[in-house]
Amino acid sequence: MLDLILFAIPALFVLAGALIVIFAKNPVHNSMGLVLTLASLAVVYITLNATFVAMVQMLVYAGAVMTLFLFVIMMIGVDKAEQTKEEIKGQTFLVLGTLILLGSLLTYVVINSGFKWDLWFPAVEYSIEGTPDLIASTLFTGWVFPFEVISILLIVAATAAIALAYDTKTPRKDDD
Amino acid sequence: MIEVTTDWYLSLGALLFSIGFIGMMVRRNALIMFMCIELMLNAVNLTFITASKHFGTIDAQVAVFFVLVVAAAEVVVGLAIIVSIFKKQETASVDILRSSKG
Repeated sequence: MLDLILFAIPALFVLAGALIVIFAKNPVHNSMGLVLTLASLAVVYITLNATFVAMVQMLVYAGAVMTLFLFVIMMIGVDKAEQTKEEIKGQTFLVLGTLILLGSLLTYVVINSGFKWDLWFPAVEYSIEGTPDLIASTLFTGWVFPFEVISILLIVAATAAIALAYDTKTPRKDDD
Repeated sequence: MIEVTTDWYLSLGALLFSIGFIGMMVRRNALIMFMCIELMLNAVNLTFITASKHFGTIDAQVAVFFVLVVAAAEVVVGLAIIVSIFKKQETASVDILRSSKG
């Protein structure tokens, strides 16, 4: 019973936050909905024994990424209404078709599995705890090459952000 | 007595991904579309961690870190692009933006 409560309440918050993200009109409300989703997902991660990932989720997503989002929302203004005129011809039908395609694909996968797939891939009896030392020992042994590649990606992203934000038009003031 | 199995977590991930996808298709504000991408990435992370629990391996949790880093890099570059477009065109609506057309 405790299992069910620990799953259901965070799951409800996850879905509620996700619905706020796509339905709210004010961008600040959207981002707060995203915070709700991310924080509740961290709780779900803890129930899945991934404690370190839950902590990183709170720090990186709910902390850093959301701060960035709110910063940009404040910068470009919150009071602009979203335009609803159709700019691309037949975009409503295109979107509807894509949604139906995704829905039928997911339904097919779920029905086809019949919720029996863990007969072929049974769950393990033991449970592992995602502690920092276990994750680090895996990351720095088997995953060293992806780790190095991802560091290059981060450097490129930081450089790109500087290059995009750098204003070459306005003359710089070189006094003092 | 209902037991919470792996299926429940996978269903939650699928629902979260679908909501993010619908938002991505329906909304036109570039910022909100970015948030929907975050929703989809988080659905994938949830699926990874569920797999990690189900199969008893730690590698899926390491993969989540790479998804996190890619998401952070994507947000940094994407928001910088949105801001620099906004400076020129005073809008963040993806339908009006024709400047990136080749």
